[in-house]
Amino acid sequence: MFYGVDLKSRLMLGTAQYPSPAVLQQAIAASGAEVITVSLRREGRGGADFRQLIAETGCRILPNTAGCHTAAEAITTAQMAREVFGTSWIKLEVIGHADTLQPDPFALVEAARVLCADGFQVFPYTTEDLILGEKLVEAGCQVLMPWGAPIGSGQGLRNLEGLRSMRAHFPDIPLVVDAGIGAPSQAAQAMELGYDAVLLNTAVAKALDPVGMAAAFGQAVAAGQMAAEAGLMPKRDMAVASTPIFGLAQL
Amino acid sequence: MRVEVNGEGMTPRAETLAELLEDCGFETASVATAVNGQFVPRGGRAAVKLTDGDRIEVLSPMQGG
Repeated sequence: MFYGVDLKSRLMLGTAQYPSPAVLQQAIAASGAEVITVSLRREGRGGADFRQLIAETGCRILPNTAGCHTAAEAITTAQMAREVFGTSWIKLEVIGHADTLQPDPFALVEAARVLCADGFQVFPYTTEDLILGEKLVEAGCQVLMPWGAPIGSGQGLRNLEGLRSMRAHFPDIPLVVDAGIGAPSQAAQAMELGYDAVLLNTAVAKALDPVGMAAAFGQAVAAGQMAAEAGLMPKRDMAVASTPIFGLAQL
Repeated sequence: MRVEVNGEGMTPRAETLAELLEDCGFETASVATAVNGQFVPRGGRAAVKLTDGDRIEVLSPMQGG
């Protein structure tokens, strides 16, 4: 449950960098995503068309604060997004470094505290740091979104064991791997770890065929979720024969 | 009086934020506004008097990840 909302599809899809609005629309449909991320930018041409497009998808909107580098910028952007999109959901990004696009943990917690107190339902883009996660939960966040790898890098889950620890550390908080996923297998891997959802954009938008890739991600996320629910076997150091020894012929 | 609207300098005829949005031809119902980094809700725009050097941001939905 994400702030009381149950999602069938656990893929959250970004809407940027698609070759055309038509491809974006088809990709959203093919992915099965029920949540799409959007941003706020200076009003220019094409604004009305995009508003209509996102309304037609029927998806729940998760506005972001992408590009904000201070808590003050992120807070103002969130307030503007709440009015424009009519939702209290906000994907809180406070970027700490231009090259890595990694979050500024201190400004992130500061902004989260202000926004949660103001009634926002905050989805913080964070790292897999456990103490930072605890501070965000203390601030009022009921979802955490650790990165898999730097935004747009397609490197997958760079710190698999760190993400595994985070899952164990926050058993009751919905966790979403946000950013860095490049391939459906990596999305499935996040779900197999027991994560509740994955959020991605570039891997679909920059695929040769974004619509086909959107469908692939939708299926991978569903498969990973089913696998986590079914319970993965434990790893072993040695081989263990799967065919029974009993009744083996003496030849 | 000089103000900046989305980074562009201009000399407005308008005295309030609400009038400025009308004069500039924005779809006032579908944009969000901030003045000098502070959010101004839709209902508060008429009460915001413009002053020299104001930086006004008028934002609307765009693609995002």
